[in-house]
Amino acid sequence: MPKSQKEEAIEFLKQMESFANTMKSSVGLPMIVDPKTNVAIWYDQRELTLKFMISVEKTRKFFESLSEGKLLATKCVKTGEILFPPQVDCPSSLDSEVEWVELPKDGELTTYTIITTKPFSFSHYNDYTVGIAKLSNGVQVLAWVRETDPKKLRIGMKVKLEIVKREPEGYLTYEFVPV
Amino acid sequence: MGRKVAVVGIGHSKFGIRNDVNIAELAWESIKQAFESANLEAKDVEYVSVSNVGGWSGEPLPAVVVSEYAGLTGKPLYRVEAACASGSSAVYNAYNAVSSGQVDIAMAVGVEKMNESPTPTVVEFIGRAGNYFWEFENFGLTFPGYYALYATAYMSKYGATEEDLCQVAIKNHYYASFNPKAQFQRKIDLPTCMNSRYIAWPLKLFDASPITDGSAAVILASEEVAKKITDSPVWIHSVGAASGSANLSKRNDFTGLEAASIAAKMAYKKAGLENENTAKYFDVAEVHDCFTIAEIMAYEDLGFVKRGEGYKLVKEGQTYIGGLIPVNLSGGLKAKGHPIGATGVSMVAELSKQLLNKADKGRQATIKNGRAIAHNVGGTGHYAYVTILGLDKPKD
Repeated sequence: MPKSQKEEAIEFLKQMESFANTMKSSVGLPMIVDPKTNVAIWYDQRELTLKFMISVEKTRKFFESLSEGKLLATKCVKTGEILFPPQVDCPSSLDSEVEWVELPKDGELTTYTIITTKPFSFSHYNDYTVGIAKLSNGVQVLAWVRETDPKKLRIGMKVKLEIVKREPEGYLTYEFVPV
Repeated sequence: MGRKVAVVGIGHSKFGIRNDVNIAELAWESIKQAFESANLEAKDVEYVSVSNVGGWSGEPLPAVVVSEYAGLTGKPLYRVEAACASGSSAVYNAYNAVSSGQVDIAMAVGVEKMNESPTPTVVEFIGRAGNYFWEFENFGLTFPGYYALYATAYMSKYGATEEDLCQVAIKNHYYASFNPKAQFQRKIDLPTCMNSRYIAWPLKLFDASPITDGSAAVILASEEVAKKITDSPVWIHSVGAASGSANLSKRNDFTGLEAASIAAKMAYKKAGLENENTAKYFDVAEVHDCFTIAEIMAYEDLGFVKRGEGYKLVKEGQTYIGGLIPVNLSGGLKAKGHPIGATGVSMVAELSKQLLNKADKGRQATIKNGRAIAHNVGGTGHYAYVTILGLDKPKD
């Protein structure tokens, strides 16, 4: 089986680390000489994991409604504007009078791409399609589209939003399914 | 409108994988050249604006590190960020400092060291540049992916093909082959581009700009000071700036970048130019070709041609020297390289060289109008700057 992009990336870093360790035991420094360019590189001895704690308190209803199979947006009471991603403040009327409304599930694909070179934290997935679709009420949503064959995708095609469990992480999110 | 501002010094490092230097040494390469070309020293500079996006590189406060290394400690100092348009924002920031009368001499330095992190980490950082929580966290878009959303829509609406997109890459690699500062100094042919692998369908590896380390610097001066420093100032005629929504789902159209269009109109208005059929005003342009589709949209957002006709321009060779308007004679982001924070400064340095007939052999535009235009986009139309430069002093 070919290696996933994640495995390749991790292998690369491990290789660099083992070079650095060899150098530390021979010359006492984590200094790697790049075989391609013959220049010296310091292999950073500090490591940082980035993991953010992001507040969803004000939009908690959106996330809690996913388990009921609903996708919600906010609507500014004064202007009638529907906001997605949901936000609880209305800059155009300078107030926070919003009501939660359910989004329709049916839409048409506005545009799409199939991601083959993935970011590090997505490199364990198979290729995936990201699309933007316009729902029947005019609101646009960006999500994965459950189809990765470009021949079976086209702008204007009908899609339906589904609440799905994203694996292997095992959390609720939404995606488009071709109708 | 403020005071008139001229570019009086420029510097530009070699772009590429520059692990032979650290971030300060890399910035110094450009700063030193800028000092030399303006015949100025650190003590003359009254204001410093450093553009760097970072994340992938070690120094979290790159401006102070660069400034100390270059002997600029003590000066008013800013680190500015507008994603891939950070460089233009640094130039604009320095321009405003001079134009407003706050200072007479200001410096803009763009520097980026992307190769301090492994490629997948860099792909991750750029992919997060939009609305991280709503569009990256769950859906893992990449930078090529964002532009691919535009490519799909553009190609579907106007009938442009993957071959047409590749023509941009071929042209920019051609000119990069004459640019010793470029990351890729080699020509490519259509099969090389067409046979490269998809990175974000319909975009392929050769539709994309590379991961680059590099720096560029410009020194700006007020009219009074510029007169004393140089006989050949390049004037900043105008800058237009605009922004677009963080979430791509909030955009109405995926066949052009609205922010770039707004910035262009603003720049034309300030410079007293019409905003249609604009190619005739300029001898040369540097546009933001982070992906081939981006250059095609730039032709239209800048008003060189009507909507839907951008791909025909490159297909017909009209953006080579001798055509309607030569574009990206530096090799562009595509082949010169795209060190995110340095790109916008690099564009202004490059166009100043072009206007002064100092570009390398094989890539010098014919200077007749004495006017050039830079188009620099941050993120996916999240930020946009259009800068017009000219040999004639701007009108009052």
